[in-house]
Amino acid sequence: MIKKYIIAFPILCAFCFSAHAQLDLSGEWAAVFHEDLDERRPGPEMVEYQGIPINEAARRRALSWSPSLLTLPEHQCKPHPSDYGSRGPSNMRIWKEIDSVSQQLIAYHTRIRWQAPERTIWMDGREHPPEYAAHTWQGFSTGHWEGNVLVVRTTHLKQGWVRRNGIARSDVSEFTEHFFRHGDYMTQVVIVDDPIYLTEPFIRTNNWKIDLFQQIPPYLCETVTEIDRPQGEVPHFLPGQNPFLREHAERYNLPMEGVLGGAETMYPSFIE
Amino acid sequence: MFTKLETIKALINCLVFTCLIVFPLTSVAQQDFDDVDIHVLHVQGNIYMLVGAGGNITLQAGDQGVLIVDTMYAPLSDKIFAAIRSISNKPLTYIINTHAHSDHIGGNANLAMMGSNIAGGNTIDLFAGTGEQAKIVAHENVVNSILNMEEDQLALEGWPTDSYYTPRKDLFFNGEAVMITHQANAHTDGDSLVFFRRSDVISTGDIYRTTAYPFIDVANGGTLQGVLNGLNNILDMAVPADRQEGGTMIIPGHGRLSDEADVLDYRDMLTIIRDRIAYRIDQGDSFAQVLATQPTFDYDDRYGLVSGSFTTEKFIEVIYNELSSR
Repeated sequence: MIKKYIIAFPILCAFCFSAHAQLDLSGEWAAVFHEDLDERRPGPEMVEYQGIPINEAARRRALSWSPSLLTLPEHQCKPHPSDYGSRGPSNMRIWKEIDSVSQQLIAYHTRIRWQAPERTIWMDGREHPPEYAAHTWQGFSTGHWEGNVLVVRTTHLKQGWVRRNGIARSDVSEFTEHFFRHGDYMTQVVIVDDPIYLTEPFIRTNNWKIDLFQQIPPYLCETVTEIDRPQGEVPHFLPGQNPFLREHAERYNLPMEGVLGGAETMYPSFIE
Repeated sequence: MFTKLETIKALINCLVFTCLIVFPLTSVAQQDFDDVDIHVLHVQGNIYMLVGAGGNITLQAGDQGVLIVDTMYAPLSDKIFAAIRSISNKPLTYIINTHAHSDHIGGNANLAMMGSNIAGGNTIDLFAGTGEQAKIVAHENVVNSILNMEEDQLALEGWPTDSYYTPRKDLFFNGEAVMITHQANAHTDGDSLVFFRRSDVISTGDIYRTTAYPFIDVANGGTLQGVLNGLNNILDMAVPADRQEGGTMIIPGHGRLSDEADVLDYRDMLTIIRDRIAYRIDQGDSFAQVLATQPTFDYDDRYGLVSGSFTTEKFIEVIYNELSSR
């Protein structure tokens, strides 16, 4: 009899884990920047595309991108889209929405410090909206548990970026996340699929540590006219006229074919 | 998955424009629309978006009645009216046409006759038929375009009853201001932007769409600069809520519901493409030379069309011709 229980208990537990959230991701999480620090805090340099599986269209578009674009009032208060939000100043609060009667988990909500975007990850099995629904910076996210890992799929994203130096990510992109909690630490794996600008899924990881004393402050953003421009003027570089084309490559003595990126530049074989 | 989706969208666009250019309205009416469903999306306030085949319909509903912007194709009218009835049982009182293409005005006659309006004062006794159909509002150039169509392409009941020739026409309906702005020489020469001020929604017609580069109908007075002026006017009218999102919502002529940030990206793209072509023209390049520089290359997988009547190459040619004649 005892033997039967010994066998049955782990099996029952396994079913428990597959049906319900085993781990609670709620809490105040402080971003850990030990990984990709230069890209995440000061930001990438112009024409620094190495290690990103971009296609020729993404490369040409990035080469025409001017940082002055961000002086336009309509561009000033854009938050990072949810596939990029974890890369910036990403101290994060996660809280649960629970059905008061059934006590089932309806959704996780997140709020990130920079520009304070709030996001919902629906856990109640609902479907994604139709194709003609609006796209948002945070997109529409649904999640499910695979063991102790929260897996999230996000659609309906606005056009965004995979790097803050003009590498675009299209509005038909989708991405998948895996959230792993290891005690006081949490790791997020982000896999972006973009049929317009990426030749392969682009995968990055981000980490947090629980912080019981964290307070995320309010974040207000108000646009201003930084430069008086004629209506409709859009800063950009014409083809062949990007003044920063070789700056990064020359500063670090890197070959141009490397800094211009592409899937091949992700792999050690290219560096060798 | 989305690559296929975009391909399908592109094919639909090709078909739509093939219909516009090659087939008259009556031929379009003979196509099979049996499989087309009309989907209803509540936008905000009094405003809904109806999605089916052809241009999106913007619908405003309230105590006074129903107002719609554009009418898709004629064979869809019964389905459209059923969709209207799923929202409101009030009379269809106003139809506003954003321009004169068949995928936006094809259902005018059918839907107008399903509606009614309250005629003012004693005119109801003076003019036969007054009050027996919905009013149809459009810029006078829409009327001119209809006049230039082949005979019988649009039944008389579908012709605009309230045309305007001024830069703007205002209505007040269902408790909100409805501001109709003529956007000169944009997608066509008769484009109207419709701003529902209280609900905070702009219906753009084909000045803005999320599915492809703009179709610039040169034969009917369209220009790229007019489209850009229209997009810039939309940006001026729209006020986003927090984090450059939401606030004023924007219903495109084709494609998904949008807000200012989406129009901004579209405007930026078209401006960049215009500047690239203008630069090559200033360098003395011929059209073939400009085409060889692939000025739209970085946007083509998202917005370009490789078949149909308005391909990416045609789009570049139209811009080249327009800028060359400056």
